[in-house]
Formats: sequence, C-alpha cells, structure tokens
Amino acid sequence: MSKSSGNRESRLGLLNALPMAALLALGFVAPLLVVAAFSIMPEKSFSLMHVPDFSAYREFVAQGYWRSLFWSLALAAATTLILFVLCWPLAFAMVRVFTRFTLIITVAVVVTLFVSENIRLFGWALTLMKGGMIEGTLRAWTGTGFDGLLYNVPVIVFGLVYVYLPFMLFPLAQGIAMVPADARHAAADLGATRWQVFREIELPLAAPGILVGSLLTFVLAAGAVAESKLLGGQAVIVISDDVETAFTYGQNWPLGSALSMVLIVIVAILATYALARLDLDRVMGRAGA
Amino acid sequence: MRTGRLTTSLLFLYALLVLFLLYVPIFAVGFASISKARYLSFPIKRYATKWYGEALESSTVADLATTSLAIALIVTLVSVFVGFFGALAFARYRWRHRTLFQKLVLLPVFFPQTVLGLALLMWFNAIGIVPSWKTAIVAHLVWIAPIATLIIAIRAYSFDPALEDAARDLGCTHLQILREITLPLLAPGMVSAALFAFLLSWGNFPLSLFTTGADSTLPEWLYAKMVSGYSPMVPTLGILSVAGSALVIAIALTGSSIITILKRRRSVTNG
Repeated sequence: MSKSSGNRESRLGLLNALPMAALLALGFVAPLLVVAAFSIMPEKSFSLMHVPDFSAYREFVAQGYWRSLFWSLALAAATTLILFVLCWPLAFAMVRVFTRFTLIITVAVVVTLFVSENIRLFGWALTLMKGGMIEGTLRAWTGTGFDGLLYNVPVIVFGLVYVYLPFMLFPLAQGIAMVPADARHAAADLGATRWQVFREIELPLAAPGILVGSLLTFVLAAGAVAESKLLGGQAVIVISDDVETAFTYGQNWPLGSALSMVLIVIVAILATYALARLDLDRVMGRAGA
Repeated sequence: MRTGRLTTSLLFLYALLVLFLLYVPIFAVGFASISKARYLSFPIKRYATKWYGEALESSTVADLATTSLAIALIVTLVSVFVGFFGALAFARYRWRHRTLFQKLVLLPVFFPQTVLGLALLMWFNAIGIVPSWKTAIVAHLVWIAPIATLIIAIRAYSFDPALEDAARDLGCTHLQILREITLPLLAPGMVSAALFAFLLSWGNFPLSLFTTGADSTLPEWLYAKMVSGYSPMVPTLGILSVAGSALVIAIALTGSSIITILKRRRSVTNG
C-alpha cells in the first residue's frame, strides 16, 4: 500500500465512522455517564445539582439488593452452561452434517427472533399454566391434572434458555466453521478418539465462537427481566426487576442508577475481557467468504 | 472421520425437536387468540374470531400499530444509512482507530436493553427533552444501528478493494465510486440489514418500555396487559403483531426472488 493510499484510507475510515460514532456518543456513552452521575446523588433526587453522598451504594449492601444480583448472575451462568451443551451438537450438525437442512434451521431460528420476546414467553405461560395447553389437555384426556408448571426457578431458566438460544447457536456454528476439517481428520488418522478430537482440536479452535456465544447469552440473561416476571411469578426477584421498581414505584432514581451501575460494571468487565481476546476481522471475515 | 448414519438421523431428530419447541409458544398464542371465552382455559371448547373483529375496529389498536410502524420505518432508514458508512469503517478501510471502533459498535449489542432504556430516560430528562415516541427512535437506534452495521460489514469483508482502485485509476471521483461500485456491491447486505432493523424495532419492548413517555407501542401494551389486568385481546394482538412481521418477511422474500429472476433473465439475453 502506497503512502498516499494509506493516508486516504485513514481519512475515509474516520469520515465513515462519524455517523455511528456520533450516534453512540449521544445515545450510549452520554446516557451511561448520566447514570453514573445519578448513582452518587442523595436519595430520591431528580436532578444532578446535589452534593454527591454515595448513599445509594450503601443501600445496595444494607437492603440486601446483592441477593437479586446474585440470582441474576446465577441464572445467567446456568443458562449459558445449559445452552452451550444444548447448542453444540446442533451447531456441529449445521456446519458438518446437514446440507440443505442447515438453511431451513437458520431461517426458522431467525424468524423466531422477530416475534416479540414477551409474546413468546406469554405463549409458554399459556402452555405451562394450570388449565394451560399441557395440563388442560392432559386433564381432558385422562381426568387427572396437576398443578401448573409455572412460578419456580427452573421455569425461569427454561425461559432464558428458550429466549437466548439463537445467541448461542449462531456464534457456536461460526466457531465450529473456523475449525479446519484437515485438523480433525489428521487427529482422527493419528488415532484420537472422538472425545480427544473434541477436547484437543475443536474446543480450542472454535474458541472465538464459544467466547462470543457465551458472552452474549450471559450478558443478556443477566439483564433479563421478562422471563422471571412472566414465567417465574414472584419466585425470584432479579436485579433488573429491582432497577425497574426503583424507577417506577420507588421514584428513587439514585438507587435505580446505583443498581444499574453494579450490573453495568460487571457487564463491562466481562465484555472488555472477551472482546480484547477477539480478532473480529477473522471471526467475521470468514462469514462473508 | 465420517458421521455415521445413526448419528446423522439422531442429530436430524434433535434439530426437529428444537425447532418444534421454538414454535410451541407461538402456536399456543394462536390457539388462545381464537378462543371464544373471556377467561382462557385449555382445551378450548368454542372457537370464535370475534376478538380479531374487535381488535381491527378498535382505535387504540390502530394508534398502537401506527406508533410501532412509524418508529420501525424511521429506525430502518437511519440504521441502514449509518450502517452503510459504519460498515465501510468497520471492515473496508484500514485506519488507525479501527479496532477501537469495532469494539465500540459491538458494546451496545452486548448491553442489557432495559438498563439502556432507563439510562436514555435519565439522559433525556437531564437535557430537558420530554420522552415520546420520537425519543424511542433514538433508543431503538442505539441497539439496532450497530446490528445493521455488523450485517453490512459481513458483506463489506468479501469485497475486493481492487474494484474501487481500478475505478479511481480510470478517473472516477469519490462520489462516483461510492454510487457505481460500493453501493451496488453492498446492496444485498443493506437489504438484509433493513429487514432485520425493521423487524427488531417492530417487536422490541425492553427499549420502548421507558423511552416512549405517554405514547405506547404494540409490544409495550401487550407487556403491560400480561403483567397486570389481562385482556382477551392479548393473544389476538400478539398474533396480529406476528402476522405483521410475517407479512414483511414474505414481501422481502418475494421481492428478492423476483430480482434474482430478473437478473438471471437479463444476463441470459445479454450473454
């Protein structure tokens, strides 16, 4: 690349990045700074013209809000782990076994993303509730019913697994596609068992996909609220639920901001850690080729 | 190392099971929407389409749908515009802060949407803007424009820079290159991005929840009714909203296959 074309590219790159950079500066970075500023304001203030006193963070500890945080993180971790186990065989089959069926699976999964997540969760509530599609039909056939399957912790995890499946499936498939078939064949020819090929070849070479999928599911599930509300009833209060309550019923913006900040910091640490280890040109470039 | 026939059929069955489970709740809502009873219980005894009639005549429903549609259309246009240039900066040009820019674009996608909506609410309040459906557009854009950028960027990666260089050597201006080379090459990515942007905005509720002020979108209204004060209209409107998405997908698929056929014909007559 000559020097003048290098100059032109760096000017064009900056110029083309401007609209997006402006949008994110005004719509993402600035709002987050406002949240950070509100989180150190005294209780129940609605403007930033007060002396900071950090009381909201004391309340986070004193009022036991860390419990909801713990629940959110635990549910997110369980969801991520379950989704990895469920999606790996499917992603593997999409890349290595199926041919035309892969396109059908891809389209069918993407289409569900376009149905509002609360409509889909409401559908599960209709399916699993007492007098719902499963229990009601069973009672009509056999005469004996059971209590609905809703309002407990496992059903919340089920809802999270259901909603975030595409966010694990597609990055995993992308990761598996990055494993060269030659490497697998060579290992197999040298006498590796299936398990050894999986652990020594596929897992490390598909790592970027695993990383993106796990990060996406964990982060989105940690901030989710609809699953615990629509399926879990009041079985567990998650952190986003507390944030919402603080802003609506509580009318306590500093508390809501402090609770958000705790979640934001955790998300930021995880995202920075994962994104620093990722070569986006390699992960995405392959997809287009 | 081949996958045996038994494993292949097991994987096939597993995939079918996953797809079936993905669609179960949508069928459940569909059944519920044609139940006659005001308070739903399965098995449904009597079917009726009266809720659809009521929904289509209701002015509240018309307002909700208009608001959702207006937001989705504007979000689509702006996302594709920002995403087009963003994708070139993301994938095509080698410039100094490119990796930083790539990570900045990804961050909002990795961010809890409810929290993002609340953050925007406080930001609008701090700078003195009253939230309405127009502020919801900004909220949707922060999340959807990066996704549009990523979709167009995938296309931009497979793009041969030599084409642009050749056009420049032949004396094209930058604007001509953009119009004659870059735009047509990225067009398929832009169409997919527009489709994603529209559908994600139409169905989104966590971002709208705190940013629409006194206005309300269709998914927002549904959520409010699901959480408190159930209405027999919920399944009906749910299905109507899904039908709206399905219609857009159908139009997009028909449109793209017509274009493919026309292109093939033209290349046959030309060659």
